[in-house]
Amino acid sequence: MAVLLIAEVIGGVLAADATAKALTAAKAMGDVTVLVASSSCSGAAEAAAKLDGVARVLCADDAAYGNGLAEPVADLIVSLAGDYEHIVAPATASAKNILPRVAALLDVMVLSDVTGVVDGATFERPIYAGNAIQTVKSSDPKKVMTIRTATFDAAGEAGAAPVETIAAAANPGLSDWVEDKVATSDRPELTSAGIVVSGGRGVGSEADFALIEKLADKLGAAVGASRAAVDSGYAPNDWQVGQTGKVVAPDLYIAVGISGAIQHLAGMKDSKIIVAINKDEEAPIFQVADYGLVADLFTAIPELIEKL
Amino acid sequence: MKVLVPVKRVIDYNVKVRVKSDGSGVDLANVKMSMNPFDEIAVEEAIRLKEAGKADEVIVVSIGVKQAQETLRTALAMGADRAILVIAADDVHQDIEPLAVAKILKAVVEAEGPGLVIAGKQAIDNDMNATGQMLSALLGWSQGTFASELDVDGDTAVITREVDGGLQTIKIKMPAIVTADLRLNEPRYASLPNIMKAKKKPLDEKTAADFGVDVTPRLEIVKTTEPAARSAGIKVGSVDELVAKLKEVGAV
Ligand SMILES: Cc1cc2nc3c(=O)[nH]c(=O)nc-3n(C[C@H](O)[C@H](O)[C@H](O)COP(=O)(O)OP(=O)(O)OC[C@H]3O[C@@H](n4cnc5c(N)ncnc54)[C@H](O)[C@@H]3O)c2cc1C
Ligand SMILES: Nc1ncnc2c1ncn2[C@@H]1O[C@H](COP(=O)(O)O)[C@@H](O)[C@H]1O
Repeated sequence: MAVLLIAEVIGGVLAADATAKALTAAKAMGDVTVLVASSSCSGAAEAAAKLDGVARVLCADDAAYGNGLAEPVADLIVSLAGDYEHIVAPATASAKNILPRVAALLDVMVLSDVTGVVDGATFERPIYAGNAIQTVKSSDPKKVMTIRTATFDAAGEAGAAPVETIAAAANPGLSDWVEDKVATSDRPELTSAGIVVSGGRGVGSEADFALIEKLADKLGAAVGASRAAVDSGYAPNDWQVGQTGKVVAPDLYIAVGISGAIQHLAGMKDSKIIVAINKDEEAPIFQVADYGLVADLFTAIPELIEKL
Repeated sequence: MKVLVPVKRVIDYNVKVRVKSDGSGVDLANVKMSMNPFDEIAVEEAIRLKEAGKADEVIVVSIGVKQAQETLRTALAMGADRAILVIAADDVHQDIEPLAVAKILKAVVEAEGPGLVIAGKQAIDNDMNATGQMLSALLGWSQGTFASELDVDGDTAVITREVDGGLQTIKIKMPAIVTADLRLNEPRYASLPNIMKAKKKPLDEKTAADFGVDVTPRLEIVKTTEPAARSAGIKVGSVDELVAKLKEVGAV
């Protein structure tokens, strides 16, 4: 049984962590071919070829693939689909945009955010913001799915798979890329960081959010935020952790001024150790915290930065 | 231009979900149901397009059980012009899969001829995040998902999308499918007079069979379980104690 794994490529560079985690899930279903679709795919293809357990890498070069536009990338995947029983991608914003389109073009259901592979047709996925886990058995001839990366370990990097260049598919020309507004940062990436420090509405302002960032930098951590903090303009949208933001499972998650709504917990409750700092001792976040500190964050965080 | 907005009736986002002890699913009998929060945002956006003179009619459609009427009335009270209810199930526990929903929506689009469909990004019950993309595929239309800004201008639309690294702006050809993210707008509340007026707005009833769509699920639900619960932790009395604990377990 053959699996086509869609690599996550950002600006021509392989997002190795996300791809390697989805690869671990994909390997359980069969021989894995990785598709790298990008505007200059060779560097990313070579990086993908090093991932352990990859049988071969397909490299499709086209300007239309450089910005992950859904329509041309979906058409490319569909043009290759005949050879594969499983089409798999890490559950990133990009893949969530593309894979349901692929599934519909193939007349099959999509499986979103898979957290467990029971067998080649049976999968586990969270529903209701992670308040229930559903096991489903697909009767479709092809299984198209996104893999929740937070639940799988990354495959190693000692492989040497052959890379094949393939032709691009026709571009339906339905959409054009205009621009990306992406902030670059020296901090670790949110979904792969070992430590995440997140701030919520309790932080109170964009200026005070610097306190959260300072604590994160002290710990070499990534910065996250609740929806309320993002909506209020304290933090950018790509920092949102939760049901509809990013799902993280670091070794240490520190929630500061976050109440712990189920939609937020959905994105972080699988973290190994959870610390909550909140001035309200009744805040629901304390129900999932390993260590809770009832305190005003404006005194506790500076003290914590000093004593770490 | 007509704008079509699919709205789903889901468990209210404030309700604590209970998994049934026999593993057959989540208990939905006698719990508060509401319009999917993302769909409120989609309805709001459609109404704003009408208020801006860019759309002349807002049609809302829901697929599922008869009770989804209430959800449609809420959308009408917000300001949608008329509603279509497609009955596809009679048990509230039967969820219609995005592929089947997209097929029904495609038939509705073909019958109504909208120039734009605004769906929610994700239904908060099944957390699929798929229907808009699937509908777009079936129609061969462009797609602008996870939109936090939408600017329709004649036969194109410029959309700012929430992506993993920040924001992406794309320009898409109309007709198009757009899916609404959280920060597209803040939906209005329906006023009491508008709630009264909504009772008189047209609400058509159809069935999935009217559109010739088979809603048999492709994914058989084997079981539904409760996730592993976290064991309760401790409260620490001071920052010093917190630092000591974190060092003790090697977390910092
Ligand atoms: C469809 C939908 C999707 C959603 N998706 C997400 C999601 O992906 N992620 C997400 O996070 N939310 C999401 N939400 C929102 C969620 O329901 C909550 O509204 C949100 O998580 C609350 O954020 P918060 O905890 O920062 O704010 P609040 O609930 O307002 O909590 C603020 C906390 O800060 C504490 N505090 C205040 N001042 C201080 C101080 N000086 N020192 C210490 N503590 C202080 C308060 O005691 C309080 O507990 C979603 C909601 C909906 C409807
Ligand atoms: N049964 C339904 N009736 C109407 N709209 C729906 C239905 N299911 C999904 N949708 C629409 O599709 C969006 C995404 O849902 P989903 O793909 O299930 O996460 C929702 O926000 C709705 O706009």
